[in-house]
Amino acid sequence: MALASFILQRLLVYVLVLVVGMTILFFVPRFAPTDPVDAMLAKVTSQSGYMDASQVDSLRQSLSDTFGLSGTLMEQYGAFLRRIFVEFDFGPSLSMYPTPVMELIGNALPWTFGLLLSATVIAWVIGNFVGLLAGWKPESNAGRVMEGLAICLYPIPYYIIALILSVLFSYVWPIFPLATTIRGAPWSWDLVQSIVWNSFLPAMSIVITTFGWWIISVKAQTQSLKEEEFIRYARLKGLSDARLLGRYVLPNALLPQITFLALQIGLMFNGSLITEIIFDYPGLGLLIYTAVLQGDYNLLMGTISLSIVAVATATMIIDFLYPLVDPRIRHG
Amino acid sequence: MADKRAIFKDVPGRMYIGLTLLLIVGTIGLVLPWFTPTDPLEWYASPRNQTPSLDHLLGTTSLGQDIFWLLTWAVRNSLILGVTVAFFSTLIGVFLGLMAGYVGGPLDRTLSFLMDALICIPTLPILILLAALFGGQLSLWAAGIALVIFNWPFPGRQVRAVALSMREREFVNVAWFSGEGQSRILVRHIFPYIAGWSAANFVNTVLVAVATESALAVIGLSSATQATVGTMIYWALEYQALLGERYVWIGAPVIAIVALFIGLFLLSSGLAMRSADRRMSI
Repeated sequence: MALASFILQRLLVYVLVLVVGMTILFFVPRFAPTDPVDAMLAKVTSQSGYMDASQVDSLRQSLSDTFGLSGTLMEQYGAFLRRIFVEFDFGPSLSMYPTPVMELIGNALPWTFGLLLSATVIAWVIGNFVGLLAGWKPESNAGRVMEGLAICLYPIPYYIIALILSVLFSYVWPIFPLATTIRGAPWSWDLVQSIVWNSFLPAMSIVITTFGWWIISVKAQTQSLKEEEFIRYARLKGLSDARLLGRYVLPNALLPQITFLALQIGLMFNGSLITEIIFDYPGLGLLIYTAVLQGDYNLLMGTISLSIVAVATATMIIDFLYPLVDPRIRHG
Repeated sequence: MADKRAIFKDVPGRMYIGLTLLLIVGTIGLVLPWFTPTDPLEWYASPRNQTPSLDHLLGTTSLGQDIFWLLTWAVRNSLILGVTVAFFSTLIGVFLGLMAGYVGGPLDRTLSFLMDALICIPTLPILILLAALFGGQLSLWAAGIALVIFNWPFPGRQVRAVALSMREREFVNVAWFSGEGQSRILVRHIFPYIAGWSAANFVNTVLVAVATESALAVIGLSSATQATVGTMIYWALEYQALLGERYVWIGAPVIAIVALFIGLFLLSSGLAMRSADRRMSI
């Protein structure tokens, strides 16, 4: 079965990604010039001078567990993996003691997820639609203008677009908020309005920087598809342009776009981290940033492990969409 | 076919625009730093908050640094980082990709899995973690090494795919049966096929490396003792250059980085299209 082996192989890669990622996370603190446990303990005890010996010991234990520093190297590694994959526990946050790290992550994750999902869908749909039309009529002025625009926008980094948007629309012409403040009772229309209002600029900065790539790549796809025999045959049969595009070109042009989407998720995630920090958006990126500023290593290890898991999972889910649109994998 | 030529008709134009942009940015970053009158990083070497004048071409920062000379150093450091990272990523990627594709077997499986895994791991969180562990600042060296580790799989995968298809080609068999060694076949017969694409990828990796480092710098986690385009933006934001209406301070590095990125992208996509064109004609 082609489909079964496709899924199995992909699952294997997924497990491997997680293992490689966590192994990197396990070894990175060992290359640091300072012992993170001592640095952290010194900071915590100096901030709250009333800790007694048993509290310090339990904190040292928790910190050592987080960095996997107790026992032999293999034991440390095993304990580290168990904490991440079995117990889902990163201990208490040190800057917001005693809130568990997982609770903070749980609050932040929906924001990042919602922001990235909506921005990706908007960028993907607009980009592919425009790219398809531009590739169908590459000599038209509209096609040239769109490609030129895409080429100029795509290489510009997220934070530049985010900065420009925030200056233009919350400072020069203040129609959107400078920093995110969500207001409204839970599950009310006000809340939804407030979320959309506050998420608009962060989402736009991701949309603007990603949709250029979709235009460029789907345009190239469409142009080469136009030369294919089956398209020429369909055209000679007298099919309308709309039907040709929708039934013959689009499905074939979209196939590689799904693979690209899977490859781009990591880059988009990087972008959303910076965008969230610039707009003060309460997602995972801001949480990582807070953790760095506060020197909260529990929170830092938790958020970073989780971002690797999240990106790996999202990539796999997108790869699993592939057989849905490509019948060759299902029946081959 | 006339239509096919039309696809590549705009390739040279695109590459010329890209090369022109890169030439301008390259002059700023690689030639002008040799002529700096004083160390532009030094604080209060000039009067603070000057508007552009003949003495200070782009004015000065709130820290009394000359923006023009500071920019030349920033562009230089960003370019050096980008080119170094791209050089080693491409070298490792091409070498391991060729090995995986050409040798095959368990080596290929191991390397392919490793490449697939590394590609899926987001780079920025790892760099942020490194920066936090190194006391809130990541030296350019450490950032460069980390960037190489996460960027070699991109050329590696592509080169592997080409090498894999090459193994079955007639001329490779002919070379093999005429007694040429493995390394000679790799260098003389297979490498020319991937050279064009590798050049495109090299340029693209420069872009990715500079972009990632500057993203780290903009949130204040890159080296503070070295000027890069990103750290320049960081200091400008930190001292409220926007609210203080000192637009040149923040505008200069932003324009430099945008020009650099558009130039790199035009060059890399132009190179990729040209090598795709040549491969099709074979």
